[in-house]
Amino acid sequence: MKTAVIVFPGSNCDRDMAAALEHATGKAPAMVWHRETALPDGTDFVALPGGFSYGDYLRSGAMAARSPVMDAVRTAAARGVPVLGVCNGFQVLTEAGLLPGALMRNAGLNFVCRTVGLTVANNQSLFTGAYAAGEAIRIPVAHHDGNYFADAATLDRIEGEGRVAFRYAEEVNGSSRAIAGLLNDAGNVLGMMPHPERACEPAHGNQDGTRLFASALGALVG
Amino acid sequence: MKIHVYVTLKNGVLDPQGKAIHHALEGLGFAGVHDVRAGRFIELDVADDVNDADLDAMCAKLLANTVIENYRIVRP
Repeated sequence: MKTAVIVFPGSNCDRDMAAALEHATGKAPAMVWHRETALPDGTDFVALPGGFSYGDYLRSGAMAARSPVMDAVRTAAARGVPVLGVCNGFQVLTEAGLLPGALMRNAGLNFVCRTVGLTVANNQSLFTGAYAAGEAIRIPVAHHDGNYFADAATLDRIEGEGRVAFRYAEEVNGSSRAIAGLLNDAGNVLGMMPHPERACEPAHGNQDGTRLFASALGALVG
Repeated sequence: MKIHVYVTLKNGVLDPQGKAIHHALEGLGFAGVHDVRAGRFIELDVADDVNDADLDAMCAKLLANTVIENYRIVRP
């Protein structure tokens, strides 16, 4: 089991993500700097962490999505390697075209930093198999640009294909159809604004995120 | 050669920033403002042999996110 965390200038949840991956796999992930042009050989799980890559210049995730390592991430994703993007990582995935839509400024304009209720909208995915269908869970969010937007045709399509992994169970940021987490068409790329890596150890006071890592990484082991 | 690029939100895309500016203008007592849409202005200083196709690619690949934004390139 070889996992990797991509580190961009301005990433600030990369160590939290590394701790979560180590907790789940028993082995520390490779920390891969954004200027690398390849992932370590045999990488079988990639995480794009939260933070403020490039200071959110131009648009959140825009610069990071064009950094050299993202070509390697794109190639790995096309091969079926699971890719998890959390918060800024979700923004990077949409900017890189690996997920449809865009993440805009929160409708309420404020930075939202609290633990929110989510509903597991699809428990048949690689990342959500350990949750029950429709299960209510609580995961922290911390973002300014989490307002998911896509045109109506795209929203209908992704909903029809069961690609909404998580929905907000309360108003958080104005996201279309309350989308909090979204899968790609092949189901091996998940972008989500909430931070499961902040809810996966006893000291966090909430371990609802543990099963996300258990689902994705357990599937790889098994 | 200076090139001006205007990046604006597409019609129908909610603009929370524009709304905030609108509210602030109202708060300052400016009446008669119906709506505010905020965008981005980018000035590029490019070599003379940079052609329209290059400029268009710059906008489509990086300067604008065409999921939510339109762009307009203005040569002097």
